[in-house]
Amino acid sequence: MDQAYGIFLYVISLLTVGGIYAVLALGLNIQWGFTGLFNAGIAGFFAVGAYVSAILTTGPSEHHLGGLDLPIATGLAAAMLASGLVAWGIGRICIRLRSDYLAIATLGIAEILRLIFKNETWATNGARGISLIPKPFEHLPEPWNQLAFMGLVLATVALLYVLLEQARRAPWGRVMAAIRENEAAARAAGKDVDRLRVQAFVIGSMLMGLGGALMAHYLKFIDPNAAEPLTATFLVWVMLIAGGSANNRGAILGALLIWTIWSATEILTTRLPDELAIRTAYVRVFLIGLTLQIVLQRFPSGILPERRMTAAAQRDQPPKPAAQRDAAA
Amino acid sequence: MAPAPVLELDSVTGGYGETEILHGVSLAVKAGEIVAIIGPNGAGKSTALKAVFGLLSLSRGQVRLDGADITNTAPEQVVRRGVCYVPQSENIFPTLTVQENLEMGAYVRRDDFRPRLHEVYELLPELAERRRQRAGTLSGGQRQMVAIGKALMLEPKILLLDEPTAGLAPKFRHEIFQTIQGINRSGTPVLMVEQNARFALTIADRGYVLVDGSNRIDDSGPGLLANREVAQMFLGGGWADG
Amino acid sequence: MIEFLNFHLIPGVVLGSIYALGAIGVSLTFGILRFANFAHGETMTLGAYFTLTLILVTGWHPLAVLPAAMALTASVVLGIDRLFYRPLRQSPVIILLIASFGMMLMVRSVIQFGWGVQLRSLRPGMIQQPYVLFDTLRISPKHVLIIASALVLMVLMHLLLTRTRIGKAMRAMADSPELARLTGIETEKVILVTWIVGACLATAAGVFLALDTHIETLMGFKVLLPLFASAILGGIGSAYGAMVGGLVIGVAEELSTYPWIGEGPLLAPGYKAGVAFAIMVAMLILRPSGLFRGRVF
Repeated sequence: MDQAYGIFLYVISLLTVGGIYAVLALGLNIQWGFTGLFNAGIAGFFAVGAYVSAILTTGPSEHHLGGLDLPIATGLAAAMLASGLVAWGIGRICIRLRSDYLAIATLGIAEILRLIFKNETWATNGARGISLIPKPFEHLPEPWNQLAFMGLVLATVALLYVLLEQARRAPWGRVMAAIRENEAAARAAGKDVDRLRVQAFVIGSMLMGLGGALMAHYLKFIDPNAAEPLTATFLVWVMLIAGGSANNRGAILGALLIWTIWSATEILTTRLPDELAIRTAYVRVFLIGLTLQIVLQRFPSGILPERRMTAAAQRDQPPKPAAQRDAAA
Repeated sequence: MAPAPVLELDSVTGGYGETEILHGVSLAVKAGEIVAIIGPNGAGKSTALKAVFGLLSLSRGQVRLDGADITNTAPEQVVRRGVCYVPQSENIFPTLTVQENLEMGAYVRRDDFRPRLHEVYELLPELAERRRQRAGTLSGGQRQMVAIGKALMLEPKILLLDEPTAGLAPKFRHEIFQTIQGINRSGTPVLMVEQNARFALTIADRGYVLVDGSNRIDDSGPGLLANREVAQMFLGGGWADG
Repeated sequence: MIEFLNFHLIPGVVLGSIYALGAIGVSLTFGILRFANFAHGETMTLGAYFTLTLILVTGWHPLAVLPAAMALTASVVLGIDRLFYRPLRQSPVIILLIASFGMMLMVRSVIQFGWGVQLRSLRPGMIQQPYVLFDTLRISPKHVLIIASALVLMVLMHLLLTRTRIGKAMRAMADSPELARLTGIETEKVILVTWIVGACLATAAGVFLALDTHIETLMGFKVLLPLFASAILGGIGSAYGAMVGGLVIGVAEELSTYPWIGEGPLLAPGYKAGVAFAIMVAMLILRPSGLFRGRVF
């Protein structure tokens, strides 16, 4: 009976954290699937959201900024706002960059943000992190508190899914598709391509900030290395790609699937003796990476948004032989 | 029996992927000739050159070099068989010096290329003067010379030139055409695509007019120059250019 | 003045030499293979760890085992190319980018699995007395070693690129892969040589970094951003650009903590990584082709 209950709680946690990752994946999908932007700094926006919400909702502390005790809903909203603002700043500068450069730039931003959170200890308590973050429904008895939180997360995912599907079919989504199909034509038709791209970047980042905030409240703790940033960024990419890019449903499914695999393999490794357990963590990362390489080699066009090449991807393609670039003379 | 033409396109049909651009184009270049391909924009002139160089997928027809079938052969192999191609754009290595560009031209040679280097410098003396200069810093006309010189390093059986005077000032066009004649006199047949049709025909032995991916007229250079229909076709087009 | 030279300028040149060596590989890969190789930092780390093991096994000086370490690292890199990048040669660049991102984590996990994650020293117990020049300049022997070795490697690089057929072919391919192909240059061979050269230089860079600081599994990733910044600053595809770019970034990083104004450092040491990033972003906005006018994409 106890074991069944344990499994029950475990499944709830899987769905909860998987759901949070689904939020991240949906955010990445807006940037990658809708718009073709390569964001290698997901962890940065995640962290911004997490810290902002943590600082706003925690009680007073001599170790970090806080004491505002604001309601969690406010924290979440502020998290989205903050990540959105950071994304807006970056987007304004970097949106025209080719994907390699955008990837490097976003990676750099994530690293800088991590350094900020680590160094500005007056605000964030540095490497020791912020703890005692309030968790929604935590006053309810178990298992209702877990279930309620899970419900909150899954409801958020569902709501976002509905909104994003609407957006995709609405004029905004159609313009984004048009830009993907033929950027030159879209520009010629007077569309402000850069502004629209920044919009997509910002909205996607807002979702990532939301995900970060949700995670902070779930764990009741956040530090600069929470969910080792690079692995977190990478996992979300694998989730989106494994689920089938440019696809909101795929993003959600990919998130739940990959998270389950990731988490389950972690459980397995904790059953091993300590010395081996540490090492198998690396094996897991290796295997996820290998899976990605296999997917990339087997389904390259499946990876690309809408199974067609985005205008951005076309721009970034290794240049075809001069022969094919000059059209027939 | 007359020797096979150096290069022959026999009813070549094909294009890029699914788009068909050439519909059964035929032409030939005999030893010692300069042959020009002219025609309106979009006629498939440059595409015909690329067909030789294996840069297209040909569904029908044959490309023959000295009688041997080289249809759909990869560019690296076509080079090694003695066909050198100078594309219209991006035809030099800008950060390499003039001399290094020529050395790269000789890349597939296994023997000592230096004697040939001297010969090329003699054909193109302007290059000799600037041999240590970065090719990207040269003028348009000089760069075109480097591109042609690079192609000559292999002592090719035939030289393919894609719009050699494109974007050049009239003074340089004249120079390039003189250079092409010089090259031809030294024994290399030339097949060139040219937008400046009238100019090209004055140095060409023979010419082919391509329209919409098919042969339209072919005749000797002087013959085409005198042809009323050809003149009409290019009214307002290449004919107007000096 | 003394403080400036000993604690900022000289360390800056040392760091800059390390960046330069690493950036050459990044720049050449970027220019010839057309993608930013996120796994290059990990190549440095791998090279350093191979060296560590070789030192432990043979007891020799790092420079003595360096050629062997280079050979090992280059073999791994060639294997990676064969298995994971070559199948994607014709794919859009974004795919390669994702692949190298994944490769970064895969290589790191192997290193962590094989060697563990604790900080180590390349030459434990080595205490060096600094040389004193002109009664003021203090420079430790290991820094002399690093700068001198880096110079030697850069000269060798220069000779490769300007005196050998394959080196010129590399520069040609960085200029225009399509034209290189039309010219008959064996592009796969050039690609292989590019990987080998990049791996060898990365090994050296990793070893020098380990000598200067210590060895740990994240060391390569930590310098990845400065490497990219150096390559972009110097101009993608230009090895010379990478050398200059690396030196500039290294010196800038170290000078950023000098008390230019008032008592404290201009920039808190924790943010040194930001210097490279700021320079890179500025470069991308102002002059994307870099100092040496490399490729603009």
